[in-house]
Amino acid sequence: MPFYVSPEQQMKDKADYARKGISRGRSVVVLQYDDGILFVADNPSRALHKISEIYDRIAFAAVGKYNEFENLRLGGVRYADINGYQYDRRDVTARGLANVYAQSLGTIFTETNKPYEVELVVAEVGDDAETDQIYRLTFDGSVADEHGYVAMGGQADAVAQALKDGYREGSSLAQALRVAVRSLEAQDSERRLEAKSLEVAVLDRNREHRLFRRLAAARIEELLNEANGSGGSGGAEGADGADAPDAPGSATAEGSDED
Amino acid sequence: MASHDSHTGRLPGLFSSPDTSSFTEFLGAYSPEMLPGRRSLPAVPVGDEIPHGTTIVAVGFPGGVVMAGDRRATAGNVIAQRDIEKVFRADEFSAIAIAGTAGIGVEMVRLFQVELEHYEKREGRTLSVEGKANRLATMVRQNLGLAMQGLAVVPLFAGYDEERDEGRIFSYDPAGGRYEEREFHSIGSGSVFARGALKKLFRADLSAEDAALVCVQSLYDAADDDSATGGPDLTRGIFPVVAVVTSEGYRRLGEDEVGALARAVVEGRYDSPGGPTAPLR
Repeated sequence: MPFYVSPEQQMKDKADYARKGISRGRSVVVLQYDDGILFVADNPSRALHKISEIYDRIAFAAVGKYNEFENLRLGGVRYADINGYQYDRRDVTARGLANVYAQSLGTIFTETNKPYEVELVVAEVGDDAETDQIYRLTFDGSVADEHGYVAMGGQADAVAQALKDGYREGSSLAQALRVAVRSLEAQDSERRLEAKSLEVAVLDRNREHRLFRRLAAARIEELLNEANGSGGSGGAEGADGADAPDAPGSATAEGSDED
Repeated sequence: MASHDSHTGRLPGLFSSPDTSSFTEFLGAYSPEMLPGRRSLPAVPVGDEIPHGTTIVAVGFPGGVVMAGDRRATAGNVIAQRDIEKVFRADEFSAIAIAGTAGIGVEMVRLFQVELEHYEKREGRTLSVEGKANRLATMVRQNLGLAMQGLAVVPLFAGYDEERDEGRIFSYDPAGGRYEEREFHSIGSGSVFARGALKKLFRADLSAEDAALVCVQSLYDAADDDSATGGPDLTRGIFPVVAVVTSEGYRRLGEDEVGALARAVVEGRYDSPGGPTAPLR
C-alpha cells in the first residue's frame, strides 16, 4: 500500500536509522602528533580491522557496520592503486578519495532504502603538521575537513569532549596515545582500556615509501607506560623532557611493529 | 530493484564486481586497454627499432639472494640508453628484473609491484614466494602474442622465503613457463657469458658482499663478449644496479658501494683481463 511520505520525513527517518546503528558501536579517535597522525580504535579483534592502509601517505578509519565500511575500504584501495598506476604515486590524494567516498555515500543515502550505517575518516600525512589532512565523512555523504583530532562512533560526543580537554598540538606519540586512550575510556565511566583491547596505527611522516604502520600490543604497552611515568603530574614540560631522550629509540622500535 | 542497483551507479567499477584481490584481474575488467597483453598487435614484427634491455644475473647465498643488471638498452646497433634500470623492488622481500623489450618490461614490473601491494592491502597478508612467482608467470603468459611479434619480455624473480630462511630464484620463458633455479641464474643477451663466469665464481658459502662481487664480475664478463651488455662506465660513474634481498628486506646497494666493487673489478682486470681464475684441480 503506497502511502505518501514527504522527502523531509524520508530523509529524517534514514538519518535516524543510520545514527542509531552507528551509536551502538565502539569509538575510534584520530589525532595529529608531532611526527604524523595517530589512529586508535577500541577494538579487541586482531583480524577485523577498523583502521587500514589505503596508500603511501593515506589511511582509513571507520565505525559502524563492518561489511559496509569494509566494502568502502576495498573500493578505496582500488581507487588509490588504479590512480597511482595510471598517473604517479604522488597523484593519489586523500582529497580525491574523500570525494569518491562522499559521492558514493551520498548516492547510497538518497537512492536506497537502507543507508550505510558508517562514519569514516580519511587522513593523509603531509611533510609537516600544517599540511596534514583529515577528512571526516558521515553516512549521508557530507564531508568535514578536520584539524587536530576527530572522534566518531558510539559515544562520540563524550569522547570528543575528553579529546578537546586533553589534546595538545605537537605532542609526542606517547602523549597523544595517552590522550586518545583516556578519551576512549570516557565512552562510559567503567571503561578501562588495555593494550590488548586497542587497535593502534600511525602514519609516520619520518618513514619512507609506505608510511602506515600498525603498532603491536607490546609497543602500545611501552608507550602507555612511558606517558604515564612522565605525565602523571600533568605538566606539559615534564612530559616533553621525558620524551626527548626517547626519540631515536622509539623510531627503531617502531620498525619492528609491522603486522 | 532498479534503484537498489543504482547505488553503485556513480562508481560501478570500484565498488562492485569483480570480487578479486588481483589488481591485474580488476584492471582487465575495469579498463582492459591498460593491460599490455590486451592491445591489438602490430601487423608486422617490430624488432630492432625498440629498445631492448640486456643482461641480468642473480646469485643466492645463505640467508638471501643478490640480483644485478647492467645499465645498457640497445635498439639494433645503437645504444638507446646508457643508464637504464632493469632491477626493481617488487615488494619488501622480493626483487624483479627484466630482459627484452624495455617499454613492455617496465610496464610489467609496475603492474607486478601494484599487484603485490594491492593483494597485501586487501587481504591483510602478503603472498607466499611461490604465489608471487606464479602470479608473475600469468602476467608473462598474457604477453605471448606480443612476444611472437618480437616484443618479448622475460623477467627474473628473486625473493626471500621466510619459512626456509633462504633466497629463491625463479626464471621464466616467453610462454609463461616458470622454473625455480638453484644457486644462480642469468637472463638476457649476455646471459651465456655471465653464466660461465657465475659457474666458476659461485660458492655455497658466499657472504652478501661477495655475492654482489660475483654478480659484478659476471656482468663484466658478459659485457666483455656481448655488445648489447654495458660494462661499468668509470668515466660517467654509471655502475650496475645491485640489490640484496634478505630477512631485513630489499636493499639496493648505494652508488658508492657498487662503485667500489666495480672499480675493484676493473682494477683486477688490468693484471688479468679474463678475471679471477678457478683452480684447475
